[in-house]
Amino acid sequence: MYWAASCGGCEISVLNIGDKLLDVDAAYDVAFWPVAADFKYDDVRGYPDGYIDVCLYNGAVRNSENEEMAHLLRQKSKVLVAFGSCAYEGCIPALANLTTKEAIFRSVYQDNPSIDNPDGVFPQPVSEVPEGVLHIPEFYETVKSLDQVVPVDYTIPGCPPEPEQIWAVLEAVTAALTAGAELPPAGSIVGAGTVAVCEECSLEKNEKTIERFYRPYEITPEPELCLLEQGILCMGPATRGGCGALCPQVGMGCRGCYGPLDDVEDQGAKMLSAIASVVDVGAPDEEEAELEEKIAAAMDTLADPAGTFYRFSMSKSLLQRARPDGGRPTGGRPTGGRPAE
Amino acid sequence: MSEQYEPVIVGFLCNWCSYRAADLAGTSRLHYAPNMRPIRVMCTARIEPQFVLKALRDGADGVLIAGCHPGECHYVEGNIKALRRHILLKQMLRQLGVEEERVQIVWASASEGNLLAQAVDRMTEELRDLGPLRWKQTVLSGNGHGKPASVAPTAVAEEV
Ligand code: SF4
Ligand code: SF4
Ligand code: FES
Repeated sequence: MYWAASCGGCEISVLNIGDKLLDVDAAYDVAFWPVAADFKYDDVRGYPDGYIDVCLYNGAVRNSENEEMAHLLRQKSKVLVAFGSCAYEGCIPALANLTTKEAIFRSVYQDNPSIDNPDGVFPQPVSEVPEGVLHIPEFYETVKSLDQVVPVDYTIPGCPPEPEQIWAVLEAVTAALTAGAELPPAGSIVGAGTVAVCEECSLEKNEKTIERFYRPYEITPEPELCLLEQGILCMGPATRGGCGALCPQVGMGCRGCYGPLDDVEDQGAKMLSAIASVVDVGAPDEEEAELEEKIAAAMDTLADPAGTFYRFSMSKSLLQRARPDGGRPTGGRPTGGRPAE
Repeated sequence: MSEQYEPVIVGFLCNWCSYRAADLAGTSRLHYAPNMRPIRVMCTARIEPQFVLKALRDGADGVLIAGCHPGECHYVEGNIKALRRHILLKQMLRQLGVEEERVQIVWASASEGNLLAQAVDRMTEELRDLGPLRWKQTVLSGNGHGKPASVAPTAVAEEV
């Protein structure tokens, strides 16, 4: 299991399978798992091609190191699994695609109040020091998903994937490797449902008509009622189920971590579309200019649409990132650079 | 650039009004910019935001949505839904650096061929002014994977 650009929660989620870990241990030898045991990249380089039965690659591809490891692990593994939302679709690290490498470097190494960098020193992939030449990974402009870099056999969505789902996948793969059971077709999304989170959600659903959105701190939700109906943004309608609708059932709108449903290319666009049916502002008999103004005011209550709709799927979205030059600011608010407040 | 840049506009036109408006503009031999590639849809509500994003990604410089005036949609509120999507999509596109002028919506009834022609003319000029979008070439390529990053770290250091 490899930890690329991610928070590491996926690594922990594997431990959440509990005593099933003993079954995993009985069926597999660990070939590489830096977070749990002492392995070096050179160990992997030394393995013959296809030596690793199953590789769980967790994390997005953000720098040259992640990319190099993606190629290496692809070559050395029989089955390569994009494990979790970052590897699958970019996830939180890919929200950086709304800004640029340059802006990130400036914030992190220059403008941050706790930083003192009078000489404007920025990380360089290659630098000469008295002791010799230092190489560090190159930081890329755009965060990509694993399958945008190498072919992937299976994808387990989720941020992080739920333990039952992880176990179900490991069990199936183990059965295939040891008892000759059939593997799901390559390219499949495994360890997840095929219907939307809404279908798994037990909250009471009525016709949804809202006039504005509320941010979580602005409202205390009714416990038994669909959150979207109460004006709390919930990605349930545009998100693949499989988690059992964990978040909405405890009063927190689904963030969308299981990604889009089958046959949907762009989860954010799907959600945007769903919202237009829910926001009940503007009627056919209104004057055209007034109509536009009213709708715009209602939509304005939805903070940070790009960051919200693509919280997990930015890398896999149709546009994939913001224009690095930010476009020409035309509509009052500046574009690009930073997500709007 | 010696030749004038010709923006490509993908037009999604409602079958009941704006598609006929375009027809009328044609049959009445109105002169207007030839930059729009029309696509007929049954109602503006049929236009999923995915269509718009795909057009922008795949080479369009702008997208024009044209449909029945509010109150005249054949499916009653289809165009109101389309307007809601459009407004929210524009708010989101702003964050992605896509200028407002690149995605527009107009209402043109079957008898308003001139209105549609004017909208296409105006939009063509606005896009010409903004310059090409070329999403794949300028945004999605050369962004650091396996190639030098578009902002070389040394350049960052020098600039500051
Ligand atoms: S709370 Fe969310 S997941 Fe549950 S029904 Fe409403 S929109 Fe769907
Ligand atoms: S409810 Fe949504 S955000 Fe929460 S775990 Fe399920 S898919 Fe992820
Ligand atoms: S039928 Fe023309 S916009 Fe709906």
